[in-house]
Amino acid sequence: MSMHSLYLLVPLAPLAGSLLAGLFGRQLGRAGSHTVTILGVALSFLASLVIARDVFAGHLFNGPVYTWLSVEDITMSVGFLIDPLTVTMMLVVTFVSLMVHIYTIGYMEEDPGYQRFFSYISLFTFSMLMLVMANNFLQLFFGWEAVGLVSYLLIGFWYTRPTAIYANLKAFLVNRVGDLGFLLGIGLILAHFGSLDYATVFERAPLVAHDTIELVSGSPVSLMTVVCILLFIGAMGKSAQMPLHVWLPDSMEGPTPISALIHAATMVTAGIFMVSRMSPLFELSETARSVVLVIGASTALFMAFLGIIQNDIKRVVAYSTLSQLGYMTVALGASAYPVAIFHLGTHAFFKALLFLGAGSVIHAMHHEQDMRNMGGLRKYMPITYVTALIGSLALSGIPPFAGFFSKDAIIEAVQASSLPGAGYATFAVMAGVFVTAFYSFRMLFMTFHGKPRMDEHTREHLHESPWVITLPLILLAIPSVVAGYMAIDPMVMGNYFGNAITVLPGNGGLHVLREEWHGVGAFMAHGVTALPFWLAIAGIACAAAFYLKWTGVPDIFMARLRGLYTLLDNKYYFDRFNEIVFAGGAREVGTGLWRVGDMRLIDGVMVNGSANLVGRLSARLRRVQTGYIYHYAFIMIFGVFILMSLWFVKA
Amino acid sequence: MTAHHLLSLAVWLPILAGILVLAFGGEERPGATRWLSLIGAVLGFAVTVPLYLGFSNDTAAMQFVEMATWIPSFNINYHLGIDGISLWFVLLNSFMTILVVIAGWVVIEKRLSQYMAAFLIMSGLINGVFSALDAILFYVFFEAMLIPMYLIIGVWGGPRRVYAAIKFFLYTLLGSLLMLAAFIYLYFEAGGSFEILKFQMLPLPLGVQILIFIAFFLSFAVKVPMWPVHTWLPDAHVEAPTGGSVILAAITLKIGAYGFLRFNLPITPDASHTLSGVMIALSLIAVVYIGLVALVQNDMKKLVAYSSISHMGFVTLGIFMFNALGVEGGLLQMISHGFVSGAMFLCIGVLYDRMHTRQISDYGGVVNTMPRFAAFFMLFAMANAGLPGTSGFIGEFVVTLSAIQVNFWYAALAATTLIFGAAYTLWMYKRVVFGEVANDHVAGLKDINCREALFLAVLAALVLAMGLYPKPLTDTMHASVQQLLEQVSTTKF
Repeated sequence: MSMHSLYLLVPLAPLAGSLLAGLFGRQLGRAGSHTVTILGVALSFLASLVIARDVFAGHLFNGPVYTWLSVEDITMSVGFLIDPLTVTMMLVVTFVSLMVHIYTIGYMEEDPGYQRFFSYISLFTFSMLMLVMANNFLQLFFGWEAVGLVSYLLIGFWYTRPTAIYANLKAFLVNRVGDLGFLLGIGLILAHFGSLDYATVFERAPLVAHDTIELVSGSPVSLMTVVCILLFIGAMGKSAQMPLHVWLPDSMEGPTPISALIHAATMVTAGIFMVSRMSPLFELSETARSVVLVIGASTALFMAFLGIIQNDIKRVVAYSTLSQLGYMTVALGASAYPVAIFHLGTHAFFKALLFLGAGSVIHAMHHEQDMRNMGGLRKYMPITYVTALIGSLALSGIPPFAGFFSKDAIIEAVQASSLPGAGYATFAVMAGVFVTAFYSFRMLFMTFHGKPRMDEHTREHLHESPWVITLPLILLAIPSVVAGYMAIDPMVMGNYFGNAITVLPGNGGLHVLREEWHGVGAFMAHGVTALPFWLAIAGIACAAAFYLKWTGVPDIFMARLRGLYTLLDNKYYFDRFNEIVFAGGAREVGTGLWRVGDMRLIDGVMVNGSANLVGRLSARLRRVQTGYIYHYAFIMIFGVFILMSLWFVKA
Repeated sequence: MTAHHLLSLAVWLPILAGILVLAFGGEERPGATRWLSLIGAVLGFAVTVPLYLGFSNDTAAMQFVEMATWIPSFNINYHLGIDGISLWFVLLNSFMTILVVIAGWVVIEKRLSQYMAAFLIMSGLINGVFSALDAILFYVFFEAMLIPMYLIIGVWGGPRRVYAAIKFFLYTLLGSLLMLAAFIYLYFEAGGSFEILKFQMLPLPLGVQILIFIAFFLSFAVKVPMWPVHTWLPDAHVEAPTGGSVILAAITLKIGAYGFLRFNLPITPDASHTLSGVMIALSLIAVVYIGLVALVQNDMKKLVAYSSISHMGFVTLGIFMFNALGVEGGLLQMISHGFVSGAMFLCIGVLYDRMHTRQISDYGGVVNTMPRFAAFFMLFAMANAGLPGTSGFIGEFVVTLSAIQVNFWYAALAATTLIFGAAYTLWMYKRVVFGEVANDHVAGLKDINCREALFLAVLAALVLAMGLYPKPLTDTMHASVQQLLEQVSTTKF
């Protein structure tokens, strides 16, 4: 099989699985549906492996599949760009997707929408692959919106739940706000670069680096800054950066497997991927990178705080995801794109692991998600416990687990950055380490340690999950341990990405990181003496103290810091603000325009008004037609008199 | 018959079929009436297919031209022809007529033969509008077409049908008298000819151009409809039967935009440039203002009607960008809107036939009882929200790309439809389809039958096909659009 058909196979195999399960789910049955979809994704994963080998042997590809549309000299195509960045994403996406597919067999076994679910997650895999494999902005946008659609369908999978169908609409609309920016960014690129192809655009980028654009006439701003910020607004929607993060916590209304696949490991990282892909553009605008840095840092820290007070196990992981996406964004801002992708990869493994672990707990607890009703589960679910522990250690950044390497690399890159806002970002990511370790272990202790707090009936039925659930946990735990150790040297320090990522000399941390690199061992040795490690240890210690030893302390804190607690409990009031100002405002304005503009002014005054005017004029005119001969005769004589006078005057 | 008479067939075959249905169909023979109508509609579409197959992409000249003297004393001719701009509307119109016949199959209980005949006759007349090359012939078709639509709303419509029908009739009649006056003026300027193509070559001073532009504008803006002459459309839609709404949204609205392309731009290019600011402003108001109004509608049909106005805002915006992306984007948006709005109205019709209400609040949880319907409706809702991969995306995308080349803020305002379009469509979908079963009526709903599945599946296939591979459409447009852009960029005085 030629490489070209292999490229096609990667997205098309999951698509075929999705269509079969979606259209013929009833005929295929449950087992048939999960077999075809798993087969599709497995094929896709294997093909990705082969392609990865080929790519690292130096065979890149950039070419069209078919021309979608052409207008004048603008051609829009569907096409693939296969380079190290793409294959990295392909591997992450297909591997996590495969794990989630297998896991779903156990998790959704009793759900009546079994086939539909498999169809959706395979469709998602297809869309995500189209997104990462794109060689042009059109297809990028296409995949971008398609993953949004599947996310919408999956958050609302249990469509009778009011919270689920509220959450999916919210997710779609908030993402559309980001897409608005993204679309305009793409539009400006076409208008000023004359193409939608990555290669052409990147080639021309340095030529227009100093161009300006007048958004408000008379005050020119840098074109590149505007383009990059618009593109980043798109990334903010998909990758849930403040203030467009509000949809992600609510997305937990969807079934847990998709929280792991879509809302932790893959789709939400699309923004990170996109900015890395656009590194040749972002490198040309310091202002844009500064914005990226500050927004990422804010998300990293402030979302981590919210993780502390959640009692719903999935919501803790969700806020953790937001915060970790913030870390990746910070890395982007610091021009450390390989580090961002590195963290994206390690995070995909350990966060999918944590979500699936949480799902395993929820499954065992009969869909109970409140950690206050858990405790002591480690005895009943040893595999889930050990894998969750690994996930938590990785998330907290304890060496030698995967998260340590990627997080430390981010912190060092930010420290070396000289952009405006870098000081704030450094503080935020440092403080974030403590908070992350604290909420991760708070969750672990509340769930698995201490006395069991569930009711008798639930406890009697507690048992470890079946192998289709634990196997993916184990398979995800392995890279959560070793991926960082193994990948940091080639991926971050070496020339792994080749020309896929551009970092201009003098731009920030990556170069410093590479200069100070003395191998993995030295990195770890340096790590355990540095501040972040001890912050993480302190976080774990605090969590142990508050949730294992002196369990009354959190309540005292809560009582003392009422105001702070209320602020966090209301998630900084973002939701309330959006609800009132944007959702409410749009409805108010819409009603006003409809009732006043359409009904009163246009219909009332113009349409019916002119009809009335005609009516009234006719009523007047009707009075002239009295029917009396002498009236008509008088008017006739009067008319003749006037005409004759005129005639005489003129003569 | 040879290829020389294809357009005549496209015009007269449906009309003849309509007359036959009137003559031989009737209350007592519903089966025969239906099948006769279907055969007429299918044949009507069949004769338009060779128009596409035999269409030459390389020329901007009129194709399939037919010419015969009609009223020699005024030099009025029966002159038909199509180019890359009008081709798709003839096909779209003839195709949608089939769907309308199927959609009305058992649903229409009173005066079935007259209902079917009205649609068939209207289909022929609309083909006449899109292919007429003589101004008077165009005018006759343009006006005659109003009559069946007026009857469809007035006879088979809802409770306020008479108000809606008269509003529709008066509104759309308003401008057309001025258009006739403009035609007569141009007739004398052209040395006694009503040839539209000759009108396009006339030199005209700017002042005259502006007056003619306004005369045409009044006629076409009402049809599109553009803000602020749009208020007839929601009323007409709400009262019209499903088939009426489908044709109204899918076809008749396009006549307005077609008029701009065929008359305003090439006949009055300088006035078009002078007044483009106004046209752009009205288009953007349509997108944003109407988008917000659509959000708060309680009646599904009204909501989709407002959504149509908002989507048509993209068409007029694209046209007045005076670049290839804009015009072709506008044409794509029109074709897509034909499918998508038609499908949306058919979906609402499916619900209305069962529940006899269009109030959103009367529904909830339809997916529980009608899962197959919900899947189709989801696809069309997403197309209406402009999701890539569906036809609804292309026009909006291309017009936005075109607008940003002219002015960033035009594009920014237009692109708000990403949010508003999704908000009003999906919010409605959520309230109607998702959730627990809201009441006993919803609990008793039956999923779509084969007939309904047929027309929804056909439209679904078209919406996806066009979304995934729109290139064949634009390939036919390039030459004509290029010529149009040359005409509009050449000053006439």
